[in-house]
Amino acid sequence: MNNFELIAQGAEARVYKGIYLGKPTLIKERFEKKYRHADLDKRLTKDRIKAECRAIIRAKAAGIATPAIYLANLERRCIYMEYIEDAIILKEFIDKKVSKEINDDRLLNFIAQGLGTIIAKLHLKNIIHGDLTTSNVLLKNIDDDHIKKYENAANNFVIIDFGLARTESSVEDKAVDLYVLERSLLSAHSEIPRLFSKIFDTYQKHYANKNQCKEIVSKYKEVQLRGRKRLMIG
Amino acid sequence: MTIAVGFEGSANKLGVGIIRDQDVLSNVRHTYITPPGEGFLPRETAQHHRECILNVLQKALDEAKIMLKDVDVICYTKGPGMGAPLTVTALVARTVAQIYNKPIVAVNHCIGHIEMGRLITRSVNPTVLYVSGGNTQVIAYSRQRYRIFGETIDIAVGNCLDRFARLLKLSNDPSPGYNIEQLAKKGIKLAPLPYVVKGMDVSFSGILSYIEEHLSGWLDSKEFTPEDLCFSLQETVFAMLIEITERAMAHAKSSEVLIVGGVGCNEKLQDMMKVMCKERNAVLYATDERFCIDNGVMIAVAGLLQYKTQGHTSWAETTCVQRYRTDDVHISWRE
Ligand SMILES: Nc1ncnc2c1ncn2[C@@H]1O[C@H](COP(=O)(O)OP(=O)(O)O)[C@@H](O)[C@H]1O
Ligand SMILES: [Mg+2]
Repeated sequence: MNNFELIAQGAEARVYKGIYLGKPTLIKERFEKKYRHADLDKRLTKDRIKAECRAIIRAKAAGIATPAIYLANLERRCIYMEYIEDAIILKEFIDKKVSKEINDDRLLNFIAQGLGTIIAKLHLKNIIHGDLTTSNVLLKNIDDDHIKKYENAANNFVIIDFGLARTESSVEDKAVDLYVLERSLLSAHSEIPRLFSKIFDTYQKHYANKNQCKEIVSKYKEVQLRGRKRLMIG
Repeated sequence: MTIAVGFEGSANKLGVGIIRDQDVLSNVRHTYITPPGEGFLPRETAQHHRECILNVLQKALDEAKIMLKDVDVICYTKGPGMGAPLTVTALVARTVAQIYNKPIVAVNHCIGHIEMGRLITRSVNPTVLYVSGGNTQVIAYSRQRYRIFGETIDIAVGNCLDRFARLLKLSNDPSPGYNIEQLAKKGIKLAPLPYVVKGMDVSFSGILSYIEEHLSGWLDSKEFTPEDLCFSLQETVFAMLIEITERAMAHAKSSEVLIVGGVGCNEKLQDMMKVMCKERNAVLYATDERFCIDNGVMIAVAGLLQYKTQGHTSWAETTCVQRYRTDDVHISWRE
């Protein structure tokens, strides 16, 4: 890791950028979290490195853009993966763009098209991301022409951060995955309240298994209702 | 200068607090404590509040060295909470407002916690971890709302601790959580409990049923002592809370954390949060039991902010509601 440089501290890892075997590489290090018990920390770190590698490989096989995995080292708590160049985090893209062009339907359609199709593909392969937020989506090679022709939006999206992912899942898991996304959009991007329903529409259009899609939609409504009904005593 | 009285009674704590602008003049509380193995029920809790409230009010006035006629605004908890105890408290607040002809303000309990936490710690725009008997939320402010980034998808962390204490028949005095914290200090072995985090959400009900299932086996075989289990429970649920707080901070690009709510006075939780904050160059703000645990001051603080920007609540709206989400409240006093 000598020639690697720290570029960010995410939600649970430090990420470094450098060159590995001649390729631009990102090292994601789940450094020891001193706040939690060492045994628990080891168990979680190991589980998540494994989950991340497994899910990324499955997702790639399903034709979803994710960084390629180069190496995983459980002892050193890190994953070496492809560094995605010329990319911007979706959260930052939205914060920058949408605040100015808040009523621009093309922009919303573009994001909805990209995320909706990708999440449908993941779920069809029974992959649950587990932490669908706009911080865990990268946009690459993005310019205004792309946004206008949003049919192919998915080509610009790269999904990252599969540490909480699972590769076996029930209808309920899928519904919860969508609910997590909805809530993260509502809290972090309250200025575009329509985004989730647009994503969900695209998702349903692209979810090839129509019977299961119906089940997911009704489960999702149930999960959402459960959330609203939760009694909250101070 | 404005004097505000706050009445709080949404759960088993009855509190009356008095403030003059930003200064706390008094903060009196009386807690309904149930025998070991028993939780508090609405009817009995309401009965407790009914019996105590006039004394608590008088004590708060005496300590503040004021009389009701000196008060400028009466604030009370509208919700969320248990119906019967809320109603008792609101009834007294409304009566006092009528007799003395004072304006009255209905306050959301959760907003009370947050605003008092900000006032006491002087934190400006923190990511808030709100942890209590009925609530578990990670909150950040934007565009005149406290937005819920993450929350429990089933029971609250305090409820999980309380029910665990009941399984072990721990004392509820001063609170189940406090007694778990003390026992945990003597725990050594970490039991492998379920750890459930979904994005910025957490789930605790699986932990509780897992413990219920294994408890007698563990204790009989002496594989784990009650102390070990208190220790393990705290290590597990607090790690989950800190993880989702950190995730919200990374997402919202925040470097301040404020812990509020009854579970927030747990020193183990505060210590763990401090370590996490250090790892990300963030600052932790926390308060002690006087302010963390439900009290009247928090209602006065939030009520006064609301009063100054929106005026009083119309008489017809001075009701109570059991469900009242944090993000339902329009935060008129922040940019
Ligand atoms: N493959 C990658 N290529 C480029 N940047 C990346 C890549 N993976 C992660 N990043 C950057 O690092 C940040 C943190 O990575 P992430 O996998 O989300 O870790 P965490 O679990 O800590 O959130 C991301 O928000 C992104 O900016
Ligand atoms: Mg991330």
